[in-house]
Amino acid sequence: MYSSSDTGREFSNKAYLNMELLRFTTAGSVDDGKSTLIGRLLYDSKSIFEDQLDAVRRASLKKGGEHINLALLTDGLRAEREQGITIDVAYRYFATPHRKFIIADTPGHIQYTRNMVTGASTANAAIILIDARNGVTEQTHRHSYIASLLGIQHIIICINKMDLVNFQEDVYNKIYSDYRTFADKAFPSQKLWFIPISALFGDNVVKPSTHMPWFKGGTLLNVLETVPINNDHSQIPGRFPVQYIIRPENSSFPDYRGYAGRITGGIFHKGEKVTVLPSYLTTKITSIDTFDGSLDEAFPPMSVTIRLENDIDISRGSLIVPEKDLPTESNNIEIMLCWLNPKPLELNKKYGLKQATTSCRCLVHDIPYILNINTLEKISDGNNIRMNDIACVHIRTTQPLFFDPYTLNRTTGSLIMIDEGTNETVGAGMIVQSC
Amino acid sequence: MNQINHLNELESEAIFIIREVAAQFERPVLLFSGGKDSIVLVYLSRKAFWPAKIPFPLLHIDTGHNFEETISFRDKLVKKFGVQLIVGSVQESIDSGRVVEEQGYNASRNVLQTVTLLDTIEKYKFDAAIGGGRRDEEKARAKERFFSHRDEFGQWDPKNQRPELWNLFNGEKRPGEHFRVFPISNWTEMDVWQYIYREKIELPSIYYTHTRKVFNRDGVWLAWAPFMKLKPNEKVEEKQVRCRTVGDITCTGLTLSAADSVEDIIREIAATRVTERGGRYDDQRSDAAMEDRKREGYF
Repeated sequence: MYSSSDTGREFSNKAYLNMELLRFTTAGSVDDGKSTLIGRLLYDSKSIFEDQLDAVRRASLKKGGEHINLALLTDGLRAEREQGITIDVAYRYFATPHRKFIIADTPGHIQYTRNMVTGASTANAAIILIDARNGVTEQTHRHSYIASLLGIQHIIICINKMDLVNFQEDVYNKIYSDYRTFADKAFPSQKLWFIPISALFGDNVVKPSTHMPWFKGGTLLNVLETVPINNDHSQIPGRFPVQYIIRPENSSFPDYRGYAGRITGGIFHKGEKVTVLPSYLTTKITSIDTFDGSLDEAFPPMSVTIRLENDIDISRGSLIVPEKDLPTESNNIEIMLCWLNPKPLELNKKYGLKQATTSCRCLVHDIPYILNINTLEKISDGNNIRMNDIACVHIRTTQPLFFDPYTLNRTTGSLIMIDEGTNETVGAGMIVQSC
Repeated sequence: MNQINHLNELESEAIFIIREVAAQFERPVLLFSGGKDSIVLVYLSRKAFWPAKIPFPLLHIDTGHNFEETISFRDKLVKKFGVQLIVGSVQESIDSGRVVEEQGYNASRNVLQTVTLLDTIEKYKFDAAIGGGRRDEEKARAKERFFSHRDEFGQWDPKNQRPELWNLFNGEKRPGEHFRVFPISNWTEMDVWQYIYREKIELPSIYYTHTRKVFNRDGVWLAWAPFMKLKPNEKVEEKQVRCRTVGDITCTGLTLSAADSVEDIIREIAATRVTERGGRYDDQRSDAAMEDRKREGYF
């Protein structure tokens, strides 16, 4: 069933040193063939090793299965293998001569929305699987909406099991137009790709299908290797959350004072005038330092150390931004909240909050609506937010936050809520606006 | 268009995590095994805090069965980077009766290390231990968070991990609890070697080909040492070998190899069909050997 191909691990050092990194997540209902698809991608890109395959073969036989069950490759925990379900996000890695890939493989059950949110939060692309026999379902809506809400640039719709519908173009066309109708309503500006595949036989996964000559697009791997990775940083304002202060206090660097952090938006230049928040004092970047030398400019996702002309009060949680491009400041904020904990949200209870490198406390005081994630209906009289719910809420914070809308900046626009009793991460918030 | 390549992105991510540790915790420590992953962590830590020194000590859990080359390399490295080294000794744990030495042919101090590690973490009140674990190494590690919570007994609860979203890391904890932090979670074996190549990182000589007295047990080449008990059918021979991973002598399978440069090793890894830990005796005790050890507090 599996044959090897010529993609994969034979690449030169030089090429490898210059590869791009694409992070993607996969979502699909339980029997859509997600594990088979991942198995196919890993196998055809020669990323599964013999001893791994042996272990999976042994485990499959032990459980009485007839075929090698590639789901066992991704189910890492004892409980997952015993129960035959995926509980947690698993990360997989593979590379082709063009790109290196990180897969966040998330479970498909309804009750695992929180895992999908987790996997999607760092992804550049999402693969949504649709069973060609079943067409677009509520699950498809849910997975697609979450992917879009989490700001994933590229959604790749794989219409799987085409072999079970005789590779018919009609079936593909019907699903394509159904999905388009839904997408035009739910997220009109989202970038979408459609590919008819058979994960089991490999059609249009790594190699073009001989069964579907009517399909003119590229294979899945082709799309994964070529979709643009967001890199136009000049389109969004510069944002540098200060993470840590570097003060060597030694004889070689007696007066060195640098602000360490990771650039999360825009491009910063040496000599640029900047504003430091929350003090609103302005100064100039005198140097952008790294161990490997100083830089004239720096952009996401580089970790650097910035030095400033004036000695001003800066600590962890401060935000350095271009003088003329300030973020919003507010302590009354509207967010889209995904609840992650079995214990429901309590209105007006104090929760810990982390946003960029800032920590403070917050409370939820109003719930404009809870989203029915399958029908996308807004339920305005709900006040009980439970695990896996997604809702629009209003929060008040103990100190003003400096933020951008999530749609503009995934770092300054996101936050997590922490239960102060258990220290667990209970909520994930995407900032909409001040309110 | 500004785009950084994947090695720079992984490096930047690791530096970000290492700085988060220094910012969020009071008494961090870096778990140093003498293996390539923990060596890479030391180099990344230097980049994270330059021109200041690395603001935490290194902790080595010494089973007493280490390759000699690892120990002398460790001592040189500590001097070069000007960091403090703390050694937790498994021999001392055995002598004080905290653990009992395993018996038999496959006796190893690998499992015993956990007790020494947790005792040392408690003794120095470390609240974060940075480790070189990677998700591509092993299936239980594929489920590991960057910031991984450990309860007051040092245990990991894999079914009840904190969700980790975006780049927001929740290091909140109660007194007595600690975190394990894995800055190179997203690196593959190939990434690590490419980084070693690019950054010209020095490694212990056992990673390169050398002649060694070895014997074969169930298809795995193990190094001979006075404390290794041979079965009647096993015989010691001299072979050209190198280590693909470095644990202590009792559990490190050796690769027959003539690779004597990083480029050779990269070519070898690109062609291999066996996983990195395929030769690790400690992982082969059961299907869930790693998960079970990690629950107890292993690296």
